[in-house]
Amino acid sequence: MKLRSAIFLASATIALAALTLAGAPLLAADDKIDPVADAKAFQKFFRDKFPKVKFEDFVNGPYSMNEDLYRQWQEKEQFPPYEFSLEMGKEMFSKPFKNGKTYADCFPNGGIGIRQNYPYFDEKEGKVITLELALNRCREANGEPPYSYVKDEMAALTAYMAFTSRGKPMDIKIPNDPRALAAYENGKEYFYTRRGQLNFSCATCHVQSPGERIRAEVLAPALGIVNAMPIYRSEWSGMGTTSRRFTTCNSQIRAVPLSPQDDEYRNVEYYLSYVSNGLPISGPGARP
Amino acid sequence: MTDHFPTKSAKLPALALLVALASAGTAQAQSAVDEGRKLAFDRSKGNCLTCHVIKGGNLPGTIGPELVDIKSKYPKREDLVAILNDETLRNPLTVMPPFGRNRILTEKEIDAVVDFLQTL
Ligand code: HEC
Ligand code: HEC
Repeated sequence: MKLRSAIFLASATIALAALTLAGAPLLAADDKIDPVADAKAFQKFFRDKFPKVKFEDFVNGPYSMNEDLYRQWQEKEQFPPYEFSLEMGKEMFSKPFKNGKTYADCFPNGGIGIRQNYPYFDEKEGKVITLELALNRCREANGEPPYSYVKDEMAALTAYMAFTSRGKPMDIKIPNDPRALAAYENGKEYFYTRRGQLNFSCATCHVQSPGERIRAEVLAPALGIVNAMPIYRSEWSGMGTTSRRFTTCNSQIRAVPLSPQDDEYRNVEYYLSYVSNGLPISGPGARP
Repeated sequence: MTDHFPTKSAKLPALALLVALASAGTAQAQSAVDEGRKLAFDRSKGNCLTCHVIKGGNLPGTIGPELVDIKSKYPKREDLVAILNDETLRNPLTVMPPFGRNRILTEKEIDAVVDFLQTL
């Protein structure tokens, strides 16, 4: 698509000023980085904007925003379309690699019930480690080739790991390390910066417009937006990971998406997960 | 007297030309409106339906206001051109893309869309 070649980065300052103007004090006025205050303001913004939505329901994305959709979803949950992927993930998880080891050997608690702790900041490496990244590193450390980040096997594995963690509150920590704070801040900045030919930030759609329809799609609120990943989408006729969703959203605004698991995407996921602390893991999810 | 006939005969084609011009004018205006509508509805161009209800368009979104009575609300065409060029100048918070500034639509295309808007 030739339009893709034109990218226009709006300045972050406009986006930051914009949010303050919008009456959403999601960002501190001074440049002190204060994740605790951020998360509090962020959650309050959504509770105030949608007083009728139960806190734990925000993780249901578009379904939390629309009663008709919500009903359809509950009917659909009786035969969840992610079932197949979940079964596949369960099987893959227990099957040993060629060297006899398993995924369980790479993770705390054998990988069961730990989704809520991802992504975490690795102080040795000085970077954010997401679950998808940790899974591929586990494979490579055991002599197996990495999987594509966007669907199929990666979706199946993360679906199973999310499923064993359902209901556990998101619990992301920011260690007392300036690099961790910087990663958080960088993710936040990415989230609020307008980009692409259409000049949208992530926040334009998921903070300013949740519940609105963009064509036929109801926009999910940013609060709890990663808790249901991975998701089955009818529109994809299949599963997609967090990586798939982030890159797809970037393409929709005619911005060139980053590669999956690029540092910036990892930081965005870190930011979004941190400000959603306390909301239950609900993945795998199903979406229209 | 002698020049009467030539004048008169010259008037006829002139009149015919005028009529022809006038109808070509409306045809041209009509085709600009059609072109504008096409651009407004086309997903890879204006894609205005993503956000606006517009008469005649399917599956509209709800982010922006319905586009109705545009001519009475914005009698001046420059105002519409300005909104399409870069609505962030009027409202820094807007989610409406800057169609002109970011070259999503050319000047000519914006003109056609404005022609179409003025019929709403
Ligand atoms: C032009 C609008 C738009 C922008 C900008 C946008 N998204 Fe989205 N996003 C959507 C739509 C449409 C969907 C699918 C419907 C839904 O779930 O909201 C979606 C879904 C998602 C989901 C899955 C939510 C769920 O519960 O299924 C995540 C996560 C997400 N977006 C993250 C992001 C991030 C991160 C960015 C910025 C890099 C971003 N989005 C930018 C439109 C957008
Ligand atoms: C992503 C959303 C979006 C898209 C796409 C979009 N608009 Fe808008 N538009 C808005 C919003 C929101 C407003 C409300 C004013 C504001 O935000 O400043 C608006 C306002 C307008 C207005 C002023 C309406 C009034 O009643 O004051 C016009 C005219 C308009 N848009 C035309 C268009 C046209 C024509 C297109 C396509 C070429 C388009 N818009 C595409 C979101 C959008």
